[in-house]
Amino acid sequence: MYAQMVKTDAARVRSLEEMEPHERAFQERIDAGQKIEPKEWMPEGYRKTLVRQISQHAHSEIVGQLPEGNWITRAPTLERKAILLAKVQDEAGHGLYLYCAAETLGISRDQMYEQLHSGKAKYSSIFNYPTLTWADIGAIGWLVDGAAIMNQVPLQRCSYGPYARAMVRICKEESFHQRQGYDALMRMVKGTPAQKAMVQDALNRWWWPSLMMFGPSDDASVHSAQSMAWKIKQNSNDELRQKFVDQTVPQAKYLGLTIPDPDLKWNEEKGGHDFGEPDWEEFFNVIAGNGPCNAERLDARKKAWSDGAWFRDGLTAHAEKVADRRAAAKIAAE
Amino acid sequence: MSSEWPLWEVFIRGQHGLNHRHVGSLHAPDAEMAINNARDVYTRRNEGVSIWVVKSAEITASAPSEKGPLFDPSNSKVYRHPTFFDIPDEVGHM
Ligand SMILES: [Fe+2]
Ligand SMILES: [Fe+2]
Ligand SMILES: [Fe+2]
Repeated sequence: MYAQMVKTDAARVRSLEEMEPHERAFQERIDAGQKIEPKEWMPEGYRKTLVRQISQHAHSEIVGQLPEGNWITRAPTLERKAILLAKVQDEAGHGLYLYCAAETLGISRDQMYEQLHSGKAKYSSIFNYPTLTWADIGAIGWLVDGAAIMNQVPLQRCSYGPYARAMVRICKEESFHQRQGYDALMRMVKGTPAQKAMVQDALNRWWWPSLMMFGPSDDASVHSAQSMAWKIKQNSNDELRQKFVDQTVPQAKYLGLTIPDPDLKWNEEKGGHDFGEPDWEEFFNVIAGNGPCNAERLDARKKAWSDGAWFRDGLTAHAEKVADRRAAAKIAAE
Repeated sequence: MSSEWPLWEVFIRGQHGLNHRHVGSLHAPDAEMAINNARDVYTRRNEGVSIWVVKSAEITASAPSEKGPLFDPSNSKVYRHPTFFDIPDEVGHM
């Protein structure tokens, strides 16, 4: 997902009886559905896991602007351009809500940027694929934001208050993202055969990376079990992937598109679709930094940060000057 | 240089007649820029009619560990609620 394979430092999930009194009281509050708020006592592992997950999520929103930003100047109409601009601006906002939630856990904004730029912190694998045609922009809204919604809706119930509240804001805005993408594709499939082929090609390229967004099966993962015990995570990766496939198949059908998976078929017994296995070798490769656009994305972020340094410093200098002047005027008046 | 801009807490009045409510925080070099940034980050869809910003460092908060001593005393004062008193029906609405 936007936060893929987040580690927890746990060797195994401990039972209430094994916990120290502080930790037991904490776990009991979580079990009772209470929210944990900044500055309250929390286990170090809980804090660290949240910092990893929230910052990874924030970085994904920020880096996620790049593949779409690629098409702002080339949108086919002024209206589409304005819509895409608003969508990308929302993603910047999502990044900011999330950075501010992470900061309540005692990490600074600059530390998080530093971790992104040095490669220590990850962001979602999906943003390391290129946007080759206008249909890719529609496909991203439909599939990538669609998969993000799948993951973000349950996160609104996360046990950490600031994260849960950030997710509520984000979820309100995401549905516009998915709809504008699907709307762009609806228009294109009614166009020329070449336009329809362009949409099919976009689906062919984005389908598997979208399924990979949920991460590999985590049914046997200690980290997932611990995250679930802490209510940082609510559903398994496979559960969410299944929901996503079941939701998306009829949408593809409506567009008259073929999902590029020969194993995809309805399974009456389980009341869901059977589908093929994504190429996890490709996934781990992209996560390790070897996807088609990893270097380009990271360079763009680093360049934006260093090119903006004079501006940040300039505004700081101006703020200091104004504050000094005000203080001097106050003394003079006394 | 390269010092981080200070953190500001943002409060928004959603509609006329309502209180300002805390919505989140952001970084800005000064109060004016904090208001401008808050407009872009927290009111892209008409969520506000007024914005307050205050430096996070200037907020004094009660400590979570004081929760008991601060708030427990009001638990036992049930007579502060009108439902504590039984008023006979004949008296009419009160
Ligand atoms: Fe997103
Ligand atoms: Fe987003
Ligand atoms: Fe989005």
